[in-house]
Amino acid sequence: MEIDPFIFRLSIFILSIFVGYYVVWSVTPSLHTPLMSVTNAISSVIIVGAIIAALAGSSNNIFEPSNLFGFLAIILAAVNIFGGFLVTQRMLQMYKKKKK
Amino acid sequence: MSANLSAFFYLISGILFILALRGLSSPETSRQGNYFGIAGMIIAMIVTFLSVGNFGTGFIYVLIFLLIGGAIGAFIAFKIPMTAMPELVAGFHSLVGLAAVFVAISAFLKPEAFNLGTVGNIYLASLIEMSLGAAIGAITFSGSIIAFLKLRGIMSGAPITFKGQHLINLFLGLTIIFLIYYLCVSQSSNIFWTLVTISFLVGVLLIIPIGGADMPVVISMLNSYSGWAAAGIGFTLENTALIITGALVGSSGAILSYIMCKGMNRSFFNVILGGWGATDQASSSKSNEQKPVKNGNADDAAFLMKNASSVIIVPGYGMAVAQAQHALREMVDALKKNGVKVSYAIHPVAGRMPGHMNVLLAEANVPYDEVFELEEINNDFANCDVAYVIGANDVTNPVAKSDPQSPIYGMPVLDVEKSKSVLFVKRSLSPGYAGIDNDLFYRDNTLMLFADAKKMTEEIVKSL
Repeated sequence: MEIDPFIFRLSIFILSIFVGYYVVWSVTPSLHTPLMSVTNAISSVIIVGAIIAALAGSSNNIFEPSNLFGFLAIILAAVNIFGGFLVTQRMLQMYKKKKK
Repeated sequence: MSANLSAFFYLISGILFILALRGLSSPETSRQGNYFGIAGMIIAMIVTFLSVGNFGTGFIYVLIFLLIGGAIGAFIAFKIPMTAMPELVAGFHSLVGLAAVFVAISAFLKPEAFNLGTVGNIYLASLIEMSLGAAIGAITFSGSIIAFLKLRGIMSGAPITFKGQHLINLFLGLTIIFLIYYLCVSQSSNIFWTLVTISFLVGVLLIIPIGGADMPVVISMLNSYSGWAAAGIGFTLENTALIITGALVGSSGAILSYIMCKGMNRSFFNVILGGWGATDQASSSKSNEQKPVKNGNADDAAFLMKNASSVIIVPGYGMAVAQAQHALREMVDALKKNGVKVSYAIHPVAGRMPGHMNVLLAEANVPYDEVFELEEINNDFANCDVAYVIGANDVTNPVAKSDPQSPIYGMPVLDVEKSKSVLFVKRSLSPGYAGIDNDLFYRDNTLMLFADAKKMTEEIVKSL
């Protein structure tokens, strides 16, 4: 019997939870705020879905309701991607060592 | 681009996201980590464009909307003051949540585009995944909006509770599950819209009973939710990058919530069910009013610290409110010139989000190797001459160690009282968030400095 592809995705999901668990415990507490802003930025990879939604269907009629929701989601995710990565970068620039 | 090839590239971007988080294990590697994250995002987006392969007018619009959103995001990222990070992060969470809802709606309206079947005949698994993604996304959105309003001060930080609140939440939660089941049976769009609406409502109801100082838990929790929502959508779209990212973000937020709860010695459910502090306030603050306190001014404080050999600074949310971090840095510079050893002690729940104080100190150019976490520094208070408490309160209260009756009993606290003298900057003797009087105010070795945190620190700098 063939294995349903869903099971493969579920395996990736569960393994990623474990990876996330160990990686996040190793994050130093002083960087917890940048951790939140960068997880925010990467979770906006949901823009992938938004792009598919926006470009779905024929190219003559690109403003059907389903496309509109896609375009809106693109704006929201783009705010997050640019805002999230840039504000993280801004914060990380500030963490400096003692000048010897 | 073939489906297999794009799946491979999505995997690469997922791995880059893991490396982005891995980089945060130390400040030196963190900046490189952030570039990994950016690279992962760019790969994911390019691969999506190539695999959709539609470079008509729609593509132009996508780019335009991308740039509009990007410009807004970049503007916010450069303009936002560091003290406003908690509300910024809450605001960003709401956007992820809403984006997840929109993608789910779009997939529901036009399943063909996502290979999920046809309208009225969407695959069962896809339907479950997209409705879970939509429901969690909607809860994330409205919950984050409430958190944002509370943090921004537009809405009072006080818990809003009413009778039967938990029952209503439970009922609505069960309704969501039932609606998802019913949606799978009927494929009805009305059910889908009802589901989304109720989820928005649950988000609001879930966050309103939680008070201002519990916001670190709330923000972390919503962080986690935004991840699970993304994962739900990832399953719908069969997209590895989204599934990996969702799992990473979901577990990251969950760990942060756990760390924050532990910092307050409270269970997760205790925080979520809310309403702490509302009942204790009346009973506790009466008895101690007559106790004498020692009152000092900036000159006393400057004299004490100048002649100390080591000083530990304990910042809290009050420092963020007063924007006192730069003045504090000046004070520390002046002390160091006098040969005083200075370090900073940070409680896990100081401030309104995990790591809030560290960012503010970093902004004021405090080197991160002078800043210590609770476990690292707590034993040093016994050997330190002066502890300078600025804008912190409950996290220094010795009652947490001595009085089993106290609501904060068992919470890990900084052993500030063990230092030879304590300087406590505070505007009045009013109790902190937990509504408990701080025993520290009345100790013999405590000198109260009644003033705004920033003003007092500036005055001390002058008299140094």
